[in-house]
Amino acid sequence: MNVIVEREKGLLELEQRIAELKSQAAQQPVDMTAEIEGLEAKYAQIQRDIFGQMSPWQRVNMARHPKRPLGSDYLAALDVFDELHGDRHFRDDHAIVAGFAKLKGRRVMAIAQDKGRDTKEKVRRNFGMPAPEGYRKVNRLVRLAAHLRIPVITFIDTSGADPGIGSEERAQAEAIAQSLYELADARGPIVATIIGEGGSGGALALGLADRVLMLEHAVYSVASPEGAAAILWGDAARAEEAATRLKLTSDDLLQFGIVDEVIPEPIGGAHRDAVGTVARVLAAVDRALDELVQIPVDELRDRRYRKFRRIGSGTIS
Amino acid sequence: MAMPEWLRLRRANPIDPDQAAQWTKCPKCAAMIYRPDLAANLWVCPTCQHHFRMHAFDRISLLVDSDFTEIGGELIPGDPLGWTDKVPYPQKLQRDREKSKLTEGVVCGFASIGGCPVALGVMDFNFRGGTMGTVVGERIALLFESARERKLPCIVFTASGGARMEEGMLALMQMAKTTLTVRRFHDAGGYYISVLTDPTTGGVSASFAFQADVVVAEARAAIGFAGRRVIEQTIRQKLPDNFQTAEFLLEKGAIDMVVERHELKGRLVRLLDYGLGAQRPANGLAAQPATDTRPAPAESRS
Ligand SMILES: [Zn+2]
Repeated sequence: MNVIVEREKGLLELEQRIAELKSQAAQQPVDMTAEIEGLEAKYAQIQRDIFGQMSPWQRVNMARHPKRPLGSDYLAALDVFDELHGDRHFRDDHAIVAGFAKLKGRRVMAIAQDKGRDTKEKVRRNFGMPAPEGYRKVNRLVRLAAHLRIPVITFIDTSGADPGIGSEERAQAEAIAQSLYELADARGPIVATIIGEGGSGGALALGLADRVLMLEHAVYSVASPEGAAAILWGDAARAEEAATRLKLTSDDLLQFGIVDEVIPEPIGGAHRDAVGTVARVLAAVDRALDELVQIPVDELRDRRYRKFRRIGSGTIS
Repeated sequence: MAMPEWLRLRRANPIDPDQAAQWTKCPKCAAMIYRPDLAANLWVCPTCQHHFRMHAFDRISLLVDSDFTEIGGELIPGDPLGWTDKVPYPQKLQRDREKSKLTEGVVCGFASIGGCPVALGVMDFNFRGGTMGTVVGERIALLFESARERKLPCIVFTASGGARMEEGMLALMQMAKTTLTVRRFHDAGGYYISVLTDPTTGGVSASFAFQADVVVAEARAAIGFAGRRVIEQTIRQKLPDNFQTAEFLLEKGAIDMVVERHELKGRLVRLLDYGLGAQRPANGLAAQPATDTRPAPAESRS
């Protein structure tokens, strides 16, 4: 059960009421302005109550909202996108969609995690949990991008890497390690955006970037709250408590210097204006690339090194 | 000759003598083993060859020719998240420092193995399950940076439950940080051997453990990305016993070799030789002063 979806129900009913009243008012001579205004004020109040101060757990649920824009929605909004499939060894992993694209006229290699929208799609995409072949596809395409001097843009949305038998047999750890290794020295700009859920190493494997952007209500954490609760207390049901302690919100991560820029969402969350949100994210990615392409390659890699090299050092004594 | 550094460190942090004198039960075959006998047998059960998890300094003492000069040992983590569950995080750290006689989950430094100077990192499961937080990341980063500057080969023994939850995203980011230093080291021509010991999982297996030129695993070590319990809960069935063992990974083609502890040092000496050949750094190179401001090794010329 998604706590945001639950809390939205009253709002959606009210929204419908207002729409009905408005259409009635248009058809009948009776003046309903006062009534409509009253309802609209109430609506705004409830909206502020729900979304004004969201708890970390509510943010987690917002990041997992069933209507939230997914990786493929960002790819679809690019000028043009041609998918490149497969890891050349085992199979094409549908949890990661990637390929050549153009963003506002600029060539890019676009890589997105996608959880799938309906049940069939979710199964096909393994709920956005990539297997090793997914990371090996990333690895291959990052190398291709470097070869062609094309910037890499990634969209992160996963609860974590796939924890299945097959993934372990095909060395999930090695696949993620190599994905990080490849990004570490890629000869071109990399911009990563956390659009929903950034869960653990499975998310970071697409997140070693020159610029890390994050949507306001996305979350990014060392493990999914359920996973962290299981590891810490042997009880996945204490996920809400873990979410509170893990400091996984965009403001926390901006403070830690892990995220460079937070992209605001409309009140009520990204799904309330999916098209607008996607456009704002792509504009932010484009702005970041504008700056990064000016930097000579060696300096760019040097800055990338220093950016990650210092993370956490400040808290050590 | 002065007392070797590793021995000085070990003597300064001895295992409780009362405890050391006791008998230990092998978790695998239930044989009762006299602890000094176990130590003499490199913490391998004489009955079933079960490899006990080793203290970092014991591991170092088995490997190095004489001296070991630690770097970064003074680094202590803060409490970036202000973490408290049953007890505050700083208290957990203090407890583990006392229990393990270590300052953090990895010991890094310089030594020579079979006459070859190396940069050596050894993780220890006794300290917060070998989890990687900011200090483990920092020490590993320092190790690879120093190895690059001194043109030394690098050997890292991994033992880790993954990223340390109590340091949140700062812990996860150490995967990126260590990767960058491994990559730089490697691009500068460095030679890196990792030895995966029991257990090597999560963020450590998914970063520097699997970025080595040669990936060695100690016999029967548990190695994987996801924890066994997590997988069992996900697929709702019990996993076979050999799943995620070193031997299983060898069969799947994920690692170069599986080595019994008794043969490990000899094997590492050969691997260093294959990798370095004539370029092998002259013995005593590790004693040259570093070009940076970090503490230089005090004594390693033997
Ligand atoms: Zn035994």
